[in-house]
Amino acid sequence: MNFWQFANPTVFMSWSGKLLPWAWLTALASLAVALVWGFFFTPDDFRMGSTVKIIYIHVPAAMMAINAWLMMFVASLIWFIRRHHVSALAAKAAAPIGLVMTLIAIATGAIWGKPMWGTYWAWDPRLTSFLILCFFFVGYIALWEALESSDVAADLTSVLCLVGSVFALLSRYAVQFWNQGLHQGTSVPVATGERTVDDVFFAPLALAMLGFGLLFIALVLTRTRTELRLRRARALEARQRMRLEQSV
Amino acid sequence: MKALFWRDLKLAVASGGGVWLTCVFFAILVVMIPFGVGSERGVLVRIAPGVIWVAALLATFLSLDRIFASDAEDGSLEVLAQSPLPLEALTLIKALAHWITTCVPLVVIAPILGAMLGMPFVSLGPLVLSLLLGTPALSAIGTFGAALVLFVARGGMLLSILVLPFAFPTLIFGTTAITSVLSGSGEMTPFLMLAGISLGSVGLMPFASSAVLRFGLR
Repeated sequence: MNFWQFANPTVFMSWSGKLLPWAWLTALASLAVALVWGFFFTPDDFRMGSTVKIIYIHVPAAMMAINAWLMMFVASLIWFIRRHHVSALAAKAAAPIGLVMTLIAIATGAIWGKPMWGTYWAWDPRLTSFLILCFFFVGYIALWEALESSDVAADLTSVLCLVGSVFALLSRYAVQFWNQGLHQGTSVPVATGERTVDDVFFAPLALAMLGFGLLFIALVLTRTRTELRLRRARALEARQRMRLEQSV
Repeated sequence: MKALFWRDLKLAVASGGGVWLTCVFFAILVVMIPFGVGSERGVLVRIAPGVIWVAALLATFLSLDRIFASDAEDGSLEVLAQSPLPLEALTLIKALAHWITTCVPLVVIAPILGAMLGMPFVSLGPLVLSLLLGTPALSAIGTFGAALVLFVARGGMLLSILVLPFAFPTLIFGTTAITSVLSGSGEMTPFLMLAGISLGSVGLMPFASSAVLRFGLR
């Protein structure tokens, strides 16, 4: 079986329908375990106290915000090259989720920042680049909403996403050039593998990351299926209208 | 190509003084700042580079909907798309004409406004240089945005939302270029980055813009 057959709308509906309950179940289970574990069964940090516990939402949300854009980039590229409708609709479905993840990361960061940094907001590179990412999400969603024909909308938004990725990346490094940071470095560097987080905190954090990832998959699948069904319903409506006109 | 370039220039100049309106808008924006923040000289000098850059950005983007809209209305865009001239060249020429008719006048009056905000004489040269290096990127990005909203009814507000986030790098390097001269560190990096962003945008954005036009007109 060819890999691209999974992108056939009918095939997609069938496999995603089978996968969806499992995605939701594992996502909710791992999130519930991770958050309860993180909130109630880990010690307070000796310097940050119990505020450290916001990390179990803040870090996974921030991670998924960036990954959502990355997923939209790949999906746009697939639509641009191979023109699979499922791919375009998946990119459309992922955008609002990414926006909400960005807002969660900013909001939890602000709540944590007030007691720790003494301010809700600082013009720090990481904070500002997330704000800019938020604007890119908003622009992308706004363009989808504004265009009527869905094929043209898929074309134009995919170009916007591809070009936007370049500029979002450029903005991230330009912002670093512009201002020195207040935000701490990453606690879980993937490249070097030298964690600065103790295992006590890291285990529930890793589980929360997994949970957010699964939640993202479940949400994207649900939303993509909704978009596909909406499109079918519209096609059926149009056909019915045509029949009525013919009979008159 | 040349004929199209001259035609665009003539149209921009002829269409109700569009060139002057952009300049006046730019001047009014900058002049409003002292009324907003007070006329204290130290404050004005500190914020002058940022104010002029943000005003230039807004003035540049305000005139974007002119780029394709009139051609799309009278159908000449379809004719141009059918012509042997590649769409990439068409969008490049449109960006160039937009740059000459809106950004160059802004660059010309920017030092006057800078002096009014109390910027020292030595920093006016870097101000002009940073605007000259950075604004081609704005025109190229703007042409892309204009192409995107061409297929949207009433896209004026959407155009700004789409295009403004793209301008963050240009804005950052534009203002740091001037402040590095003002603080006396004399760093060249921001100027080089501006030139790089402009060269990259002018070189690559026409491909994105023409892809958008091709999709939309199909």
